[in-house]
Amino acid sequence: MTSYLLDTLKSRFPEAVLETHAFRGDETALIKKEALLQAAAFLRQELGFDMLMDLTAADYLPREPRFELVCHFYSTTHNYRLRLKCPVEAHDAAVDSLTPLWAGANWFEREVYDMFGIKFNGHPDLRRILMYDGFEGHPLRKDYPLKKRQPRMLHKD
Amino acid sequence: MGLETALGHSFLTTRLDEAVNWGRKYSFFQYPFVTACCGMEYMSTFASTYDISRFGAEYPRFSPRQADVLFVVGTVNEKLAPVLKRVYDQMCEPKWVVSFGVCATSGGFYDNYATVQGIDKIIPVDIYIPGCPPRPEAVLDALIKLQEKVGRESVLDRKYR
Repeated sequence: MTSYLLDTLKSRFPEAVLETHAFRGDETALIKKEALLQAAAFLRQELGFDMLMDLTAADYLPREPRFELVCHFYSTTHNYRLRLKCPVEAHDAAVDSLTPLWAGANWFEREVYDMFGIKFNGHPDLRRILMYDGFEGHPLRKDYPLKKRQPRMLHKD
Repeated sequence: MGLETALGHSFLTTRLDEAVNWGRKYSFFQYPFVTACCGMEYMSTFASTYDISRFGAEYPRFSPRQADVLFVVGTVNEKLAPVLKRVYDQMCEPKWVVSFGVCATSGGFYDNYATVQGIDKIIPVDIYIPGCPPRPEAVLDALIKLQEKVGRESVLDRKYR
């Protein structure tokens, strides 16, 4: 099945697009993380994707590359949607930040950093957003112990 | 209260308990510490259908210093725990705590890294209301039970707390 968006993306970034997938208008491209910022800029500036709907991640332990960054884009003028996914290795869990393109990426990326420990290069203020200062580890990683508790203040028995 | 200290639980003191407790239990000023969906049931308990003012508790105060009863309504997570403790500490004696719904009582189904497994790990609790969320009838039942509990207290109980 041909898709205008995926074909355009593939012809523009033939090296970087690893895999594409389209099912009933649900278009997805798997892209190298080095090319994410460029591809996102292309989407925003050339294809009119003016809205970053969501940016999150998934942990596929024990697969390598372990993490996958998932970005959902939307064009309010064309009513297009597109999903970009990036494989991220555990030993080099850092991706370029999308904050220069969409200011809304700021808190999404802080959440991904907080929950998965993926760092974002060029993020203006990469701090935890949900968990408190002093919290150790990243709770949505699959190797975070299920019953581990880190109380912020002393609990009675 | 020199007479009570000298004579202990004499006839006079018992009558004073009755009088003081009567005043306390029919004029609860509540501090609603509302964090989650249980708040909707809490509000409906206040609204005209269930009308909590029939029990003398119609006045929520949004300052802990003016409140007698702390209603912890909803999930309390680890990040919020110091805030809850601080609100409790700011309340003047005599004070009581109601744990509203299963999340406040035991963490509910949020058995995870973020959620306090019951507010009694942080502050003492007088009455627990089960339910997810509790019906307004359950809230009124808890209020009546709290009134009964307050009615059994002595003014001496809280003297040296």
